[in-house]
Amino acid sequence: MLTPKGRGSLSEIVFEGMRAGTTSWKPALRTLADDDEDLHITLWALYELHYRGFDDVDDALEWQPELIELRRSLETTFEHVLRDRAPSGSPDGAFAASFFDFVADHDGPSVASYVHRDADREQVLELLRMRSIYHLKESDPSAWLVPRVSNRTKAALMELQFDEYGGGDPTALHAELFARGMDDCGLRAEYGAYIDDVPLEVLEENNAMSLFGLNRRLRGAALGHLAAFEVTSSLPSRRLAQGMTRLGLPDSMIGYYLEHVEADAVHEQLAVRTICGSLLDDEPALRDDVFLGAFTCLDLEDRFARRMLDVWAA
Amino acid sequence: MTDEHPSIILCADGPILVRGDHLVQDSEGGLHRTTRPVSAVCRCGKSGSQPWCDGTHKVIPKAKRA
Repeated sequence: MLTPKGRGSLSEIVFEGMRAGTTSWKPALRTLADDDEDLHITLWALYELHYRGFDDVDDALEWQPELIELRRSLETTFEHVLRDRAPSGSPDGAFAASFFDFVADHDGPSVASYVHRDADREQVLELLRMRSIYHLKESDPSAWLVPRVSNRTKAALMELQFDEYGGGDPTALHAELFARGMDDCGLRAEYGAYIDDVPLEVLEENNAMSLFGLNRRLRGAALGHLAAFEVTSSLPSRRLAQGMTRLGLPDSMIGYYLEHVEADAVHEQLAVRTICGSLLDDEPALRDDVFLGAFTCLDLEDRFARRMLDVWAA
Repeated sequence: MTDEHPSIILCADGPILVRGDHLVQDSEGGLHRTTRPVSAVCRCGKSGSQPWCDGTHKVIPKAKRA
């Protein structure tokens, strides 16, 4: 993958510096983001240095102190925004039941319902391009958590991750299933291929997962996000698969979503009960952050859905 | 904390989780082999992917879930 296109003063100067391997980062550090899109594409690229990097950037820049300083500054701004958006505290009561109720009580617009009945083929292909930013590295942000939690939570998380990664079979790895579906739809299946096309809402969704995953102090938010993601996956995946069947999309892409109907019916129970449950047994003080992560997942998906339904004038 | 690790977990208002490889017989007598490290077997009877859970129990009022 090559560095994305800049979307403003900050991203342009940072990406140019990254490509050139500049030794003078001061001008970039003095540059302010023009707007949220400029901030989030910059932050996305800085996070990406910790995943797969860029073909036109030296891998050593992953730990360039000035870029870490910039990342810290941008992600601090983003974390404040996320905390401001979320309700304070967390619901009372036994965790698993409270968590399932919290997600069930959250009402938002649904892209899946629109795809199920109304979307046309072009709209679904557009949705797949948006989703590809995450699905082509599906579960990778959760993998950062493995060495950061207790043995019980670690084992529980790996039980889920092992399934996400195909149970050891690379052809069954979820990101690989999605890549095959993209290919069969005539879309580009390379990691990050559509980054220049995605709106702010997609960047925020992806950056939130990296923010939570890459900062150990936010492990509660990371696992709460994971749990909310899994709890809101099975039924929408069924609707997406039915909509894609209606439109005659390739079996491989329909199969990707059908796999998530069953897999995530398991994963939601594991994520809430064994993963977050054991985390909070060991570290009860993280309960508010678990719900912060859950709310963030639901809220960012609402924002994405509103954006897409608005674009499609649905 | 317990040293024992369950191989079957009954989820309140949800499915039964089973760890490992099993051959599950559905209510019609059909046989289904598990394919993942942990599988969720439907308990509410309403799943569209019998015998596996598909999350449908969440749209059934709690009092009516099995």
